[in-house]
Amino acid sequence: MAGFREYKVGTRIFALALGGSMCITLLFPASDMSKVSATDMALEKQLSAGRETGFNLDDPFLQGWNKPLGVELTVDPKTNQPMATAMTVYVYQKGTPFPSGILHPRVLGAGVQELSVEQGHIVDAKKDAGAVFAISKGVYNGQQVSYIDNLTATKGWTPDDVMHVAKDSDISEAGKGKTMFVREGCWWCHTLLPEQTQDWQVFGAPPMLGDFNGESPTAFGSDRKAPDLLHVGSRNSSREWMMMHFFNPRLVQPHSIMPRYDYLWGDKDASGQAIDFAKWRAEYDEYREGKRVNPPEVPSYASNSEIRGLIDFMLSLK
Amino acid sequence: MFKYLFAKNEDIPAGSAAVFFGFSAIVWFVIGTGLGSFNAAKLAFPDFVTGNMYFAFGHMRQVHVHAVIFGWISMAFAMAMMYIAPALGNNKLWSEKLGLWNCMFWNVGLALGLTVLWAGITSGREYSDFPWPIDLYLAVFVFIPLALNVWMTVLNRKTQGIYTTNWFFIASLFMVIIVFLVGNSPEFFHLSGLTEAYLTWWFAHNVLGLWITPVAAAIAYYTVPKVTGNPLYSHRIGHLHFWSVVVFYSTPAAHHLMSAPLPEWLKSFASVEGVLILVPAIAFVSNIMLTMKGKWYMFVENIEIRFTITGCLMAIPLNMQGGFQQTRAINWYIHGTGWIVAHAHLALLGFSTFLEGAAVYLGLQTIMRRKLYSLTLANMHFWLLLIGFTIYWVSMTIAGLIQGAGKIYEVPYIDVVIAEHPYMIARWIGGTLVFVGNVLWLYNMWMTARKGTEVPVGRMPHELSYER
Ligand code: HEC
Ligand code: HEM
Repeated sequence: MAGFREYKVGTRIFALALGGSMCITLLFPASDMSKVSATDMALEKQLSAGRETGFNLDDPFLQGWNKPLGVELTVDPKTNQPMATAMTVYVYQKGTPFPSGILHPRVLGAGVQELSVEQGHIVDAKKDAGAVFAISKGVYNGQQVSYIDNLTATKGWTPDDVMHVAKDSDISEAGKGKTMFVREGCWWCHTLLPEQTQDWQVFGAPPMLGDFNGESPTAFGSDRKAPDLLHVGSRNSSREWMMMHFFNPRLVQPHSIMPRYDYLWGDKDASGQAIDFAKWRAEYDEYREGKRVNPPEVPSYASNSEIRGLIDFMLSLK
Repeated sequence: MFKYLFAKNEDIPAGSAAVFFGFSAIVWFVIGTGLGSFNAAKLAFPDFVTGNMYFAFGHMRQVHVHAVIFGWISMAFAMAMMYIAPALGNNKLWSEKLGLWNCMFWNVGLALGLTVLWAGITSGREYSDFPWPIDLYLAVFVFIPLALNVWMTVLNRKTQGIYTTNWFFIASLFMVIIVFLVGNSPEFFHLSGLTEAYLTWWFAHNVLGLWITPVAAAIAYYTVPKVTGNPLYSHRIGHLHFWSVVVFYSTPAAHHLMSAPLPEWLKSFASVEGVLILVPAIAFVSNIMLTMKGKWYMFVENIEIRFTITGCLMAIPLNMQGGFQQTRAINWYIHGTGWIVAHAHLALLGFSTFLEGAAVYLGLQTIMRRKLYSLTLANMHFWLLLIGFTIYWVSMTIAGLIQGAGKIYEVPYIDVVIAEHPYMIARWIGGTLVFVGNVLWLYNMWMTARKGTEVPVGRMPHELSYER
């Protein structure tokens, strides 16, 4: 074996060079970024999306299985009395995996971590029993800090209590929706990252360093062929518009290149009737050719359909 | 090929693994560019094949990208390594059998991975889209066996030193394994947030910089001297190229996220290192161009040299773009636009593919000892690729500049979409020419295997004249 006998020095320099590069490009940035504390946005995002919205063993086919539900509460689930102000809680039913920030509070960063553990009792949350979380405000070292509150531990609200008082219209399936966003590749056209240099006016504030703690995947998108969506819910909060636009973007925007997502409706509409896609398409073609005055009606979606989650996710992007 | 999978290693003819890899690569090239052309059609005409999840753009785009990177480009690399490493070490491939199995597992794993991606089962991380079980499969059955085979071949060489091409091969294989494992670790270890986002681009950058670019260059370091008969102009410049790739190309990952809220020091550092990539780039291009001294007629007459030199010439605009577009002064304008898509295709379809194409042409003819079936078809292949690519690049660059202007003048987004439409059509036409060229190529290589004139022992295929 000829080996590397002439290359002793070379191999060592190689190890040194590559190792140095790894230090600078992996170790330093990772230790720098992990020092940042989670912002409200990061807490909201991870609580609403749950553990992971890409491939993972709890949802291997990206169907939106085992995802948390966001619930807009107007009555106290224990006493059934109306509450002074509505609050948003995140329901993790039995078996739903918790997001990184709850499994590894270190991810939340200084302040948020301490408050979430000491006042929010997040370490007491159990996957087998389920838990209800909310974002609360507290004081850490004289500063106001938001933290994750495990309401199951602090108020005794169980997932069942909350689901009992929640109406379907109070529930947001944004976690399932983000899974659809990843699966359907919306991020090949849309970004979730307004750029720091020029996007403030049109697409809204670019995210900050702590806006992502605990989120996975971030699905920034790199290749923008369509509007940024990070704040789309505050530009446009119409469910009807979203519904028509997803069924066929050309109904509301004739020049759009966005694909039709009618297949996310599933087989049945809101009233349980089978959706006749072939008929719809034929009628739409007639409309396009000018043989009809109005386009066919977009079927209303079932409350457990994939499109419902996706629209919930869009509207949650404030 | 299949009959050799269970044969004794000694009974397998030398070069079998390389031939298997060569044809697999061409087939993936045809599939990959076909998918590219399909996607381009969808961006030009959104209602082309619609209403079905499996043909939605968001399901097909990553299949194209992974088919061309891990099918075409990486398999062409494997084929090149399997015949060039032994040729330079004056020995045989360490294990033909391992090579054949490697190729089998590669094809199966890639087909599986692409199917999974196609169904939308993805990690949601660009370029590391494969879910982690597929990543592990690729590491264990694809990259590690390939590396083992090539390393052992180089270690068992019968020559004194190691030639430039082989340094690059062995180092790149080492680096790609590290990059692959570290880059995909966020999925496995459930990392989240900016760390995950940054690692996504750390992977994307390094797989291009420490795998695709250096191996493509290494191939040119072999083909040009081999076919022209000129010695490499300078080994010193080769050293400069090698070391500057390791030091400079491995560091600017953050320049892909210049508009994201990463730590500012990291972006500045990446941006400076990114300009320094011009060092290996210039070293490489000048070394190859100077090696051509006195043999420039071959640029016209010889198909392998024509492909290689065209690819090297494309490395000039590629690296000039690359060095400058990632500085803060320019990046904000073109980030996330079609400009980047044009740049990505200049790198992979322009620069890299032309070099690998040459290696596959040369390698298959040499191993099979068959003269290329038809020069006419090869010429058509070359021109369809070059013209198709040029249309693609020009149209997407223009589209990107329109998008950039749209961004800063706050034009309603839909007007940008309308303005881009003609360029989307042009890109689709250009890309389709590339696809057609590749179909011709597959036919040509197949006919070479069956009907090509036999090359006498001890002769190089290019020493014989073309017949068709
Ligand atoms: C082929 C590229 C493409 C894909 C894929 C795509 N879109 Fe779009 N999208 C567009 C374009 C172009 C527009 C702007 C024109 C319009 O309103 O249709 C748009 C507009 C939108 C809007 C309105 C934005 C605004 O500012 O009002 C929303 C919401 C949206 N898309 C959501 C999605 C979601 C969710 C997905 C994935 C299921 C998706 N898009 C996939 C191209 C795409
Ligand atoms: C070997 C040849 C090719 C390689 C290596 C290649 C590689 C790639 C890569 C890396 C991307 C991602 C680009 C980015 O994110 O910036 C991409 C996207 C794409 N490619 Fe290719 N490609 C090749 C050939 C083609 C051809 C022939 C076509 C046909 C038109 C094509 C069409 C596309 C399209 C439409 C996209 C999506 C771009 C977008 O999302 O805006 N590619 N390709």
